[in-house]
Amino acid sequence: MATQTSTIPAGGLAGARDSAEKNYLNESKGILSWLTTLDHKRIGVMYLICILGAFFLGGMSAVLLRTEHLSGTPNLMEADAYNKLFTLHGAVMIFLFIIPGIPAALGNFVLPIMLGAKDVAFPRLNLCSWYLWVIGAVCALLSLLLGGFDTGWTFYTPYSTSSPFQGVIPIVTGAFILGFSSIFTGLNFIVTIHKLRAPGMGWFKMPLFLWGLYSTALIQVLATPVLGITLLLLIVERALGVGIFDPALGGDPVLFQHFFWFYSHPAVYIMIVPAMGVISELISVFSRKHIFSYQFIAYSSIAIAAFGFIVWGHHMFTSGQSELMNTIFSLLTFSVAIPSAIKVFNWTATMYKGSIVFKTPQLYALSFLFLFGIGGLTGLFLATLSTDIHLHDTYFVVAHFHYVMFGGTVIAFLGALHYWWPKMFGKMYNENWGRVACLLIFIGFNMTFFTQFAMGSQGMPRRYFNYTEGYTTYHVVSTIGSYIMAVGFFVIAGYLYYSLIRGRKAPDNPWGGASLEWQTSSPPPVENFKKDPIVGDPYDFSNLKYDPAIGGYVRVDAQGVAS
Amino acid sequence: MEFILSFVTQSLVQSDGDFWLPPRRSTYAVEIDWMFSFILYLSAFFFALIVGLMVWFCIRYRAREGGGPQPSPSHNLKLELVWTIIPLLLVIAIFYEGFRGFMRLSVPPQNAYNINVTGQKWKWLFSYPNGYVDEALHVPVDRPVRLTMTSEDVIHSLYIPAFRLKKDVVPGRYHTVWFNATAAGEYDLFCAEFCGKDHSNMITKAVVHPPGEFEKWLEDASNFLAKMPPHEAGEKLYKVRGCAQCHSIDGKANTGPTFKGLMGHEVALKGGTTIVVDENYIRESILEPNAKVVAGFQPVMPTFKGRIKDEEITAIIEYLKTLTE
Ligand code: HEC
Ligand SMILES: [Cu+2]
Repeated sequence: MATQTSTIPAGGLAGARDSAEKNYLNESKGILSWLTTLDHKRIGVMYLICILGAFFLGGMSAVLLRTEHLSGTPNLMEADAYNKLFTLHGAVMIFLFIIPGIPAALGNFVLPIMLGAKDVAFPRLNLCSWYLWVIGAVCALLSLLLGGFDTGWTFYTPYSTSSPFQGVIPIVTGAFILGFSSIFTGLNFIVTIHKLRAPGMGWFKMPLFLWGLYSTALIQVLATPVLGITLLLLIVERALGVGIFDPALGGDPVLFQHFFWFYSHPAVYIMIVPAMGVISELISVFSRKHIFSYQFIAYSSIAIAAFGFIVWGHHMFTSGQSELMNTIFSLLTFSVAIPSAIKVFNWTATMYKGSIVFKTPQLYALSFLFLFGIGGLTGLFLATLSTDIHLHDTYFVVAHFHYVMFGGTVIAFLGALHYWWPKMFGKMYNENWGRVACLLIFIGFNMTFFTQFAMGSQGMPRRYFNYTEGYTTYHVVSTIGSYIMAVGFFVIAGYLYYSLIRGRKAPDNPWGGASLEWQTSSPPPVENFKKDPIVGDPYDFSNLKYDPAIGGYVRVDAQGVAS
Repeated sequence: MEFILSFVTQSLVQSDGDFWLPPRRSTYAVEIDWMFSFILYLSAFFFALIVGLMVWFCIRYRAREGGGPQPSPSHNLKLELVWTIIPLLLVIAIFYEGFRGFMRLSVPPQNAYNINVTGQKWKWLFSYPNGYVDEALHVPVDRPVRLTMTSEDVIHSLYIPAFRLKKDVVPGRYHTVWFNATAAGEYDLFCAEFCGKDHSNMITKAVVHPPGEFEKWLEDASNFLAKMPPHEAGEKLYKVRGCAQCHSIDGKANTGPTFKGLMGHEVALKGGTTIVVDENYIRESILEPNAKVVAGFQPVMPTFKGRIKDEEITAIIEYLKTLTE
């Protein structure tokens, strides 16, 4: 065992001394010190609390929807209530949870630390983003009070401009505001990555998570304004009767779809690219192995972001756009498959000859490979013109995007949450409960959504309140799966909460990560680093050694002595 | 030999469905299903490959007491190129086949039989060349049929899973699709684009008639005034002539007054007078809607003069009478 203690404060043995030490959580007290904070870590935590609230709302509505589907006839609610509920589920999950999920909550916390910086480039703008999120969320709640909205999260015209429910304008306004929140975060991250990298950290010495966040930020900044203007036009048409999309007023309804997907397809990559960044970190750290083909993974993030802009028309193969457009969009869509495939192959290759540790975050990373594999491959059916005609707007599509968005992004989010939890709050959660919950979610998820592939390809249309006989068995299995998943989430909530009050103190580097956030204390001080971090290869684990006395890893020199 | 051949072609053209796909009942569905299966097996192969390797690595290279990672290169350009180029070639092939199948289902043959389709919240109207309108799609077997579709209100989407056919039905424009049904029977026809409250009830049937029977059906159906009891014929007219869009039968006022209890009821007219509803008043309301306008409603009802026959008005009146009992 190392004889000298590390200069970087370590937990465990030195715990008594550390607990008295100042960190970003206990530096100042009171709700106001949080609401006016400019510290990216606190803003990240505030985001985390908020988006988890949104996730709870979206998740509970999903459980209600699934319960309604236990049979093909009305069970819990009326058609209008069902339509409002699935719209709420989609809008909340997309705009309030999954888009800000990894970047704004976890990214905000770790990005500057990974760069070796004190904060993001524009801390005030960062706080402003959070407030915009809150205002957007308030708009969403307001729209519920005003009668709700039943347009689907896609707001297709002319239904959305003629729908009888008065919640449409507030929710669209909310989405508009949330767009700005997202743009500001993206802008902040781009500038931070360009300007605030620690001395010695070249672009190709950045952890891949940062490449993911960088690509994401580019999409956020370039695509979100288009959503903004589209939603504004929608509000103008609905409120003032100006004909833009409604043919009865001289507008063009399909134009709305082009505008909408011009943003919303790239938005899919706002959701998945940061998740891919997370997986690159997890697989490498928990395999104790250098990431395989760093540059290909880094460039593939950028490639996905770039290709993502030119494939929106694949949401519209049945919309009546010309055969030529369909053909071009189909071809371009396949181009996105390649960088995604490259990533998956590289992650798998990273495990080769590693020393794989099955901690909770790694279980999520492995689940990701499995689920994202299915999500990605089923995308092929939808990119292919002839098969998409049959599958479009059925449960097959619902299953596909849940495998990507949930099986991909949410699973990666959970992996990231468990990975950085000790760093964020300085506490360890119960590893065994972590594994149990991951297993429950994995099983529940597959039950819920794999069945939906089959019922979709059998012809069950999506957004159906009632359904015809023959789909009942699938729906029942799917609903039971969703209950299992819900149990998994409550288990997570339970042990994470418990860890905050009773958890073992986290060491600085519980997993043996080599990126900079593991060189500072858990939780970090306000200024992130007491001592300038040593910048090196973020995937070189050879000089990190497990120290059972502190339950974490310490840096050792070539002689195996702690440095 | 001949038997086997006909069996093979038969099972190619038709299938009663499997775990993944519903019964196959149109000519171009063969190609689409083939494509589906091809992608399915290819995906299954790649999925097994990735997950197989992952599981194998997890077992073989799990962390062990005293062990650690073994050195191996962290980059290999040849390998990268292999797993870039092979998938690239495969997706190009898939794209091309999908494109071919799509063109087949996009271009209707010249001699296709045309049926006009209107989607509206929340039903379908199919109008046949002789002017007859029905709420279900009736077609002959083994004959190309073209649908020319538009919507009265919001976007709908016509979807017949058994034919592997789907196309949005958009207000203000016409979209065409075609198919050639391969077997007689009744198949589900769904609305696939969310259109409000009763979206999931916007379901009807595609009825495929055996050889020679479609024409007979059309003749009989077009003659429904003579064949059906008048109040039933009236109900049908109420639905297919568009009255249902403005007049409810459940007592709720819509664009126009409800039909429930209308017959024999006293109605207040614009200008302060009242009138008791009888056959003549109804007849006049249909032919000259603006002659007497109901108080509290806009005079927006279109005239049906020249578009509706006397027998049809009689049938509607008979139907309205049933709504008063
Ligand atoms: C575009 C909407 C619209 C359509 C379609 C329509 N109506 Fe009307 N109808 C109205 C309105 C509005 C009124 C009330 C104003 C008036 O009296 O003109 C009305 C009035 C009536 C009345 C008098 C009702 C009363 O309470 O006194 C009758 C009868 C009637 N319609 C029958 C029909 C029939 C039969 C059809 C179908 C063949 C039909 N309408 C189609 C809008 C419509
Ligand atoms: Cu519809």
